[in-house]
Amino acid sequence: MLWVDKYRPKTLDQVLVHKDTAQNLKKLVSEQDCPHLLFYGPSGSGKKTLIMALLRQMFGASAEKVKVETKTWKIDAGSRTIDLELTTLASTHHVELSPSDAGFQDRYIVQEIIKEMAKNRPIDTKGKKGFKVLVLNEVDKLSREAQHSLRRTMEKYSASCRLILCCNSSSRVTEAIRSRCLNVRINAPTEDQVRRSLLHFFHSSSIKIPILLIETVNNTILFLMGLNDSLQKIVKVLEFIGQKEGLQLPSGFASRIADKSNRSLRRAILSFETCRVQQYPFNINQTIPPMDWEEYVAEISSDIMREQSPKRLFQVRGKLYELLTNCIPPEVILKKLLSELLKKLDEELKHEVSHWAAYYEHRMRQGQKAIFHLEAFVAKFMSIYKGFLIATFG
Amino acid sequence: MAPVLQSSQPWVEKYRPRQVKDVAHQDEVVRVLTNTLETASCPHMLFYGPPGTGKTTTALAIAHQLFGPELYKSRVLELNASDDRGINVVRTKIKDFAAVAVGSAQRQVGYPCPPYKIIILDEADSMTEDAQACLSLLIRMDNFMNALRRTMETHSKVTRFFFICNYISRIIEPLASRCAKFRFKPLSEEVMCSRVMHICNKEGLNVDAEALSTLSSISQGDLRRAITYLQGAARLFGSSISSKDLISVSGVIPQEVTGALYAACKSGDFDLANKEVTNVIAEGYPVSQMLSQLFDMVLEADDISDEQKARICKSLATADKCLVDGADEYLQMLDVASNTTRALCNMPLEFSYES
Repeated sequence: MLWVDKYRPKTLDQVLVHKDTAQNLKKLVSEQDCPHLLFYGPSGSGKKTLIMALLRQMFGASAEKVKVETKTWKIDAGSRTIDLELTTLASTHHVELSPSDAGFQDRYIVQEIIKEMAKNRPIDTKGKKGFKVLVLNEVDKLSREAQHSLRRTMEKYSASCRLILCCNSSSRVTEAIRSRCLNVRINAPTEDQVRRSLLHFFHSSSIKIPILLIETVNNTILFLMGLNDSLQKIVKVLEFIGQKEGLQLPSGFASRIADKSNRSLRRAILSFETCRVQQYPFNINQTIPPMDWEEYVAEISSDIMREQSPKRLFQVRGKLYELLTNCIPPEVILKKLLSELLKKLDEELKHEVSHWAAYYEHRMRQGQKAIFHLEAFVAKFMSIYKGFLIATFG
Repeated sequence: MAPVLQSSQPWVEKYRPRQVKDVAHQDEVVRVLTNTLETASCPHMLFYGPPGTGKTTTALAIAHQLFGPELYKSRVLELNASDDRGINVVRTKIKDFAAVAVGSAQRQVGYPCPPYKIIILDEADSMTEDAQACLSLLIRMDNFMNALRRTMETHSKVTRFFFICNYISRIIEPLASRCAKFRFKPLSEEVMCSRVMHICNKEGLNVDAEALSTLSSISQGDLRRAITYLQGAARLFGSSISSKDLISVSGVIPQEVTGALYAACKSGDFDLANKEVTNVIAEGYPVSQMLSQLFDMVLEADDISDEQKARICKSLATADKCLVDGADEYLQMLDVASNTTRALCNMPLEFSYES
């Protein structure tokens, strides 16, 4: 089992990072009238973990006995019938699904399938809860129509069903839905929290960590990043895992992983595990392997800084295709590319380049083919940079 | 459906007014509809206004009051965006329902039971134009039948439509012009407070005056939102609720965060602004909320010129539109921050290296 799953907190009490939120949620479900919930926050911040723990709190251990089911639904849409395949994860008390999987047909999932599920009251009325729970993932990816369809369903069947919605960016969820839910913001653990979690892992295996070393390294990192008590939480989690695995963790190491993780706990733990496979015992200066696609994007960025020509553009196209065929989402590529470029650019160019990044990402969302817009951004950048070079150096 | 425990219902449902006269703050509508209840005559209606002002509640209440529980099922058809409402449905389901004649013989004691049916189309602005055009034709036919009514004896084929929507501009003109239009106003602070106090008394909550005014300011005239926040806060923080609790439930961004971003922009340092933006995203604050709070902040700032304000507002508007289209939060926020920085530091509007 991956460490990420192995050390996922099972109950609300075990949650390390979002302690306050977890306690609040616990209070929330101890009453009968739990409202609909909307969890939002960046990826790797622990939304799913909290939801699973919450379900366990509501229904007891039986909420963990889930089975995966792929079912084909026949939907009658006026003149024709549509076959939709949908994978659900269900226990006796809850059903979890990602309605956005259906793409542009997601409206039918909401109108037919979710409504059908919401209508039916749970069979087991002996249980103390009179309702069942539908967990919907990635509601921000739902089309506008589908979100509209969800509105009234939420109210009409609120007697028999509670929705737990989960998304990354709540701006993309319509106001109407947000106003029907209790919004729970899950922030990314600060680097500090991560560091502490890592430390936690170590303590139980009674390994001596030179405290001074941790502090020094940590402070340097924090100073460099200009963050005060960030990263701590990520480190905390990593330390906890290390401890459980009986590993010897040099003190600054957790901090370095946390530092590289972009405040995503999942990523921190994954790269922690990678490091373990790569080299053990750990060395304080061991390289933490960056994600290979990130390296690739960094390469693209230095390519286009070095030469601005149609020939180079053609080469870059090949690389962009390579990334896309490996299922790296285009907006992630664009963001990474921007951040790589921003590291190297002059102050006056930063505004301009970031504007065009936003512009082309928006275009990408409206268009069909991501590669066009990625390439357009690269071409735009080349033209700007060339203009800058000519203006500066003649 | 089996009876449900009262307590397991969200408060929004529990305290939804069941009678037209209980609907708060919409005097004009209430007056017309009370009149309807007495005379049993009623035009086609179009309710529009922002969310949480009582549109659906009013429509449901009047339907219930006109027909009573027994006849309600056969006389009222409620369709909302959770039902498929393409042109096919209008052509079949709605037309069939409208075409069935109503006998005047069935009567319910205590209810007016007028000899027509009601079709409530909730969230009508999400219907396609084709479906709306089809509906307007249906109404024309219906009005025609209505004119013939005197010659037809016992049965009349008449239907009343209630359209409910947020944006009247999204309803096609031929349809809108056939209805009596009612605008639902956002609730004023006093009305909001008195409704909330009513619920607090019923639920045994202790809310002070400061918290009340916070609640009405963060919910911006949307009563449903106010009640949802109240219930959320009550569940999380027990029976006495302070304004801080309400803010933490509502997802309003703390003033420090917006302030830090603004200060970073003001310093003119792009990297500093970028760092603040990254922080906002990592903390998970909704960018749309951030934009509107930034907007308030810019409007109130008195140390910057009108031109600077205009430049910032323009970039806020662009970003808001892009967000609605589903653009990435980080990039849009960064663009706004960059524009704000340039506006505040009087950097030129145009980019210098654009070919």
